[in-house]
Amino acid sequence: MTGTVKNAFGTFARTTSGPVYLVLVVVFVICFTVVTIDGGTFLSVDNVREMLVNSVALGIVAAGQTLVILGASLDLSVAYVISLSSLIGAETMDGENSRMMLGIGAVLLFGLGVGLVNGLIITKLRVNAFIATLGVGLVIRGYIEANYAGPAGRTGDDFRKLGFESWGPIPLSVILLALVVAGVWFLLRYTGFGNRLYAVGGDEQVAKLSGVRTHRVIITAHVLCALAAALTGLFLASRLGAGSPLVGQEATYDLQSIAAVVLGGTYLLGGRGGVLGTIAGVFILAMLDNTFDQLEVNSFAKDVARGLIIIAAVAAYSVRWSKRRRRQEIAAEGGLPPGGEPAVAGGGVAR
Amino acid sequence: MNADSEANGEAKREDRAAPPASTSTKEPLLEMRGISKEFLGVRVLDKIDLDCHAGEVHAIVGENGAGKSTLMKILVGAYEPTEGEIRIAGEVQSFSHPLQGQHAGVAIIYQEFNLLPDRTVAENIFLGRELRRGMILDRGEMEARSAEILDQLSPDEKISPRSQVGRLPVDRQQTVEIAKALSLDARIVIMDEPTAALAGHEVERLFEQIERLKERGIAVLYISHRLKEVFEIAERTTVLKDGQLVDTVPTSSVTSPELVRMMVGRELDQYFPPRGDPEKRGPVKLRLRGAGNDLLEGIDLDVHAGEILGIAGLQGSGRTELARAMFGADPFERGALELDGKEREIRSPRKAIAAGIGFVTEDRKSEGLALAQSVRDNVALAWRGLTRALRREHVLKTSELVEAVELRYRSLGQEVRFLSGGNQQKVVLAKWLATEPQLVIFDEPTRGIDVGAKAGIHDLIRGLANEGVAVVMISSELPEAIGMSDRIIVMRHGRIAGELPPGSTEAEIMFLATGERDIATEEPAAPDAEGPR
Amino acid sequence: MSTQPAPVPEPPAEAGRSPSDLLRTAFGVLKSIPIVWLLLIVMFVWIANADANFLTPSGFLLYLKRAAPLAILAIGAYFVLASGEFDLSVGSLVTVVVVVAARLSDGDPSNTVPVLLVLFAIGLAVGLFNGFCTTILRVPSFIVTLAMLLMLSGAVFLWTGGAPRGALADNFRSIGRDGVEGVPWIDQIPYSVILLVAFAGTAMWLARGGFGRRVLAVGDNDRAAALSGIAVHRVRIATFVISAMSAVLAGIILGGFAGVTAQVGIGLEFEAITAAVLGGTLLGGGRGSVNGAIGGALVLTALFMLLNLYAVDRALEQTFTGIIIVAAVAFTAFRERAG
Repeated sequence: MTGTVKNAFGTFARTTSGPVYLVLVVVFVICFTVVTIDGGTFLSVDNVREMLVNSVALGIVAAGQTLVILGASLDLSVAYVISLSSLIGAETMDGENSRMMLGIGAVLLFGLGVGLVNGLIITKLRVNAFIATLGVGLVIRGYIEANYAGPAGRTGDDFRKLGFESWGPIPLSVILLALVVAGVWFLLRYTGFGNRLYAVGGDEQVAKLSGVRTHRVIITAHVLCALAAALTGLFLASRLGAGSPLVGQEATYDLQSIAAVVLGGTYLLGGRGGVLGTIAGVFILAMLDNTFDQLEVNSFAKDVARGLIIIAAVAAYSVRWSKRRRRQEIAAEGGLPPGGEPAVAGGGVAR
Repeated sequence: MNADSEANGEAKREDRAAPPASTSTKEPLLEMRGISKEFLGVRVLDKIDLDCHAGEVHAIVGENGAGKSTLMKILVGAYEPTEGEIRIAGEVQSFSHPLQGQHAGVAIIYQEFNLLPDRTVAENIFLGRELRRGMILDRGEMEARSAEILDQLSPDEKISPRSQVGRLPVDRQQTVEIAKALSLDARIVIMDEPTAALAGHEVERLFEQIERLKERGIAVLYISHRLKEVFEIAERTTVLKDGQLVDTVPTSSVTSPELVRMMVGRELDQYFPPRGDPEKRGPVKLRLRGAGNDLLEGIDLDVHAGEILGIAGLQGSGRTELARAMFGADPFERGALELDGKEREIRSPRKAIAAGIGFVTEDRKSEGLALAQSVRDNVALAWRGLTRALRREHVLKTSELVEAVELRYRSLGQEVRFLSGGNQQKVVLAKWLATEPQLVIFDEPTRGIDVGAKAGIHDLIRGLANEGVAVVMISSELPEAIGMSDRIIVMRHGRIAGELPPGSTEAEIMFLATGERDIATEEPAAPDAEGPR
Repeated sequence: MSTQPAPVPEPPAEAGRSPSDLLRTAFGVLKSIPIVWLLLIVMFVWIANADANFLTPSGFLLYLKRAAPLAILAIGAYFVLASGEFDLSVGSLVTVVVVVAARLSDGDPSNTVPVLLVLFAIGLAVGLFNGFCTTILRVPSFIVTLAMLLMLSGAVFLWTGGAPRGALADNFRSIGRDGVEGVPWIDQIPYSVILLVAFAGTAMWLARGGFGRRVLAVGDNDRAAALSGIAVHRVRIATFVISAMSAVLAGIILGGFAGVTAQVGIGLEFEAITAAVLGGTLLGGGRGSVNGAIGGALVLTALFMLLNLYAVDRALEQTFTGIIIVAAVAFTAFRERAG
C-alpha cells in the first residue's frame, strides 16, 4: 500500500508541474507565518478574497501566455495590449450601459487583430517571437503615448460590477478567472488544437512532418493570448472605472506572466507543461505581493525581490531541465551506468 | 541446441531474401519514373526510375550525397520533383506537402525518429489526425487502436499506449514509429537507416516487424549503409550514385564487393593506409588506471605516441564518454590519469588543450565548427593567445595547415558552412593541428563523408600517427576500426571489455562488444567459438 | 585530392568595357556594401532636402551629438547580440546613471570625479550580475535583463518618486553639452563625439582581435566554442559588462545633453538593438560588426530627426522603432536563408 502511494507521489513529483505545488505550499506557510508574526491576518476571508481578486488580472493574461509558451513562442506585447484594451473599452463604452457590449466587442476585435499580427510576423516573416512581439508592443506603446496623457474613457455602472460584485461569497472576477483557466485547461487536454500545440512546441519539424499545420497552430495561440490580454484590459477598466495608458506596464504584466508560466513548470522552450501550474505560479506571486504589502515593504524592495525571485525560479527550473535532458541523452545511448538504473532511453541518434 | 537454432536462423534468413511468389507477375505498387530534382540550378537527381511491389522489400544504397534521401523526400511529398511522375497502385500522384503523401499511403521512418518525447505513444501515433467525439479528443479510442496495432506488430514486447515516448528504449520507439505508419494505412513504408541505433537482437526484432509489414502487402523501401542487412532482407536493391541511377538488381544476384563497386565506381580493395610498426611506436603518452565517472568504470588503458588505438563497441557502450572524459569535457571522477608519466587532472577542455590534447568530435556541425564563421576563424578557434604580433605568423600558419590537410576551398574568408562534409572535417582537423597536439582523439572521423573523401581523412590520420602523435580513434564502422587501428579496445556498458590485436575479425570485436555468443556476422565463426553442446 | 593554391584576387577586367559591364560592376560594388550605409546616404539626402542646415558643419555636428549616445549603446548591444544574448536593461541603467549622478553630485562640481567612479562601479556590478545569471545560473538573458530592468526602474522610482532630485554639476553637464572650442571651420568638436570615437575605436580593436572572434564563435556555436577551449562564460560575462559600460557612458552624455528626467532612458535598449540589427548583427549571434552598429545608430538618429522635421509626435519614435526592428530582422532572416 505504501509502495503504491510512494510510486504515485514519485510520478507526481516527476511531472513538470509537480514541484510548483510544493513551492505553493511552502510559500503559503512562509507568508502565513511572516504576516502573522508581524501582526497582520493572512487567512481572513477578506484577505484571501483580496489575494484572489489580485490574481485575476495576472491569471488571465498568464493563462494566455501559457498557450504561447507551450507552442515554443512568446508574447512580450501583452502589457501594451492590456493598456490599450482598457482605453478602447472605456472610451467606447463612454459611461453608457447600453454601449457595454459594443465596448467589449471592440476590445476583443482589437485583441484578435494584435494576435493575428503577432502570429503572422512570427510565422510568415519568420521573425523570432521575442522581437516580433516586442516590436508590435513598441508600435502600440508609441501610439498610446502619442494619444493619451492620462486615464481616458468611462465604463458604465453595469460593467463596473464585474470588477466589484460577487456571486455569493465569490467575486465575479474570480469566476471569470476560473472560467478562463478551465477553458484553457480543456483546450489543452481535450481538443485537437491542444495536442497539436504541444506537438508544435515540442518539435516543430516533427509536427510539420506529421501533417500538422504548424503556422495555423502558432497563430491561433497568439490570437488566444492577445485575447486574454484584451480581456485583462477590460477587467482592469472595470476596476478602475476608466481606461489607463499605464496600467499594463506598471504591473509589468509581460515579465510577470512569463514568470508565472515558468514558475508553474511549463518548459520555456515549449512542448511541456500546463495552465494549472501557471495558476499556482500566479497564486505564489499574489501571496508574495500580499505579504510585502502587509509588511509595508517599500516598492523598490518589492521590485528587487520580485526580480530576484523570477531569476531564481527560472534558474532552479533550468537546472532541472538540463539535468532531465542530460538523463535522456545518456539513456538514448542505451548506456548502463555501472550499478545504475536500468537502461531507460530517450530517442534520437545514439552515440 | 545451438546448432539447431543456428540452422533455423540460417533458413529464416534465406527465406527472407527470396521474393514472395505474388510479386513477380503483378504490377508494382509504387512506380517512380524519370524523377529529377533541381535545386537552384543544381541537378541533384537525374531521371531516376524506381519501382516496388506490394510485399517487397526494396533496398536503396549509395554513398552520402548520392540522392537517396532527396528521392525519398520527393516520394513522401516534402519536395516536388522537377521532372518525372509517381504512380501508386497505378494512379498518378502529385504531392506538394507531406500531408498529401500521407493520405496517399506513403509513410517514412527517419533515422532521427519523428517522435515527440514528451507525449504519449497514442498521442504520437495519432498526431495531426486526432480521433474526436464531437469537439473532444477521444483518448480512449486512440489508446485502444494504438494498443491493437502495437500488439500486432510486437506481440511479445508489450508497449502501453499511455507511456511517454521519451521514456521508452530506442527500439521500442522505433516500433511506435512503425505503428504510426500502420495506423496511417500506409501502403508504402520507407525506412531510412533503421538499424543505426539498434543492437544485434533488436535488429532481428525489426526484421520480424518488417515481415509483418510484408504480410500485409506493404511495399518497404529500405535505405541502409549496412550491406549485410541489405543482403538479408531485401529482394531487390537499387544503387544510386551522384544523383543517377546505376542499376536495380535482384539482391541475390550480386555480391557485396560488386555492390560497393556500383556505389563508388572503383575497386576498393586497398581501403586503408598501412599500419604502424609496433616496434617503432613511442613511449606511453596517456595512461589511465581505474578511471571512471558516472558513466564509465574501471578504465585501464595506455596510448602510445605514434600509434592509432581504435575504440569499438556498440552504441551506448561509452566510447564517446571515454573520449569526452579524456578531453575533460565530462571529466573522470576516480582513478589516475598520467600524461607523459606525470599524474594530471584534466577537468576542462581548456586544460586538455593546454596539455596537448585535441578532440575531433563526432558531430562537426554542432560541436566542431562555427558554421557562419570563416575557414580562417575556424582554424584559429582552438589556438589561444593570438596577439596582433602573431597575426602575420598566423596567416601563414593557416595556409600551411590548410594545405597540410589538403582542403578544397575558395578562400580563407569563405564561410565554413559552404564546404562539403569532408572538407568541413578537414577544417576541424586543421583547427587541432594548429594547437600542435601530442594526442588527438577522433570520434567517428568519417561519418557522413562519402567514400571518396574518407580515404583522404584516413591518410591524414595515419600521417599524424607517423609523425609521433598518439591517436585514439572511435569508429562504429568495423572495417574502418579494423583497417586503421594498431590495437583495438572494445567497450561494453561503460567498461573495457577487452583488447584485440591488429587484424582481428569483426566477429571477435562483436563478441567482446556484446558479450554474447550467437551473433550472426558475415565471417564464419571461429571453430572453437561454436562447440558441441 | 587536388588542392587549390591560395587564391589571388582577380585583376579588374581590362578589355571591352561596355556600358553594361560598367553597370554590372557598379551594381556589384553596391551589393557588397552593407545595406546600412546605403540607407544612411538616402537618409542624409532626404534630411538635407528638408533642412538646409543639416549639411553645414555645425548642423552636422549637432546631428552627431545627438547620435553619439545611441551609437555607444549600439556598440554595447552588438557585443551582447553577437554572443547570442540580449541586454534589455541598458535603458533603465541609463536612467539610473542620470538620476544617481544628479542625486549624488547635487550640483557640486568637486563631486563629479567620485560620482563618475561610482557610476562606472554601478555599471560594472549590473554587467557582472547580468552575466552571472545568464551564464552560471543559465537563466535566459532576456529574462535576466528584463528582471534587471524591473529592479532598476524600481530603484529609479525609489530615488525620485517620479521627480528626480538634486542636479548635475556644470562640469558634469559639459561632457554631454560642450566640446573642444576654437577649431577652425567647425567651431566645436563635441566631447560626446570624441568619446564616441574613442569608445568605437576601442571596440573595433577588441572586435578585430581574438576577443571579438571568440564572441562571434560563442554566438555562432557555443558548444563548439567550449569544446575548442574557449571560456564561453567569461566571454559572455565580458559582453554584458561592455554593454553596461556603454550604458553608463551614454547616460553621462545624455545627462548633460538632455537634462535630468526619470524618462531619459526609456526604450533605449530597443533602439540600441534595432541599430545593431540594422547594421547587420544577427540575432542569435555569430554575425555583425561594430561599425555596422554605429551605422545603424546613425540611420535611426537621422530617421528621428526627420520625424522631428515633419512634426511627428516624439512618442511615435517608439512606433517607428518597433516597425523598423521587425522589418530589419525579417529582412536579415530572409537574406540568411536565401544566401
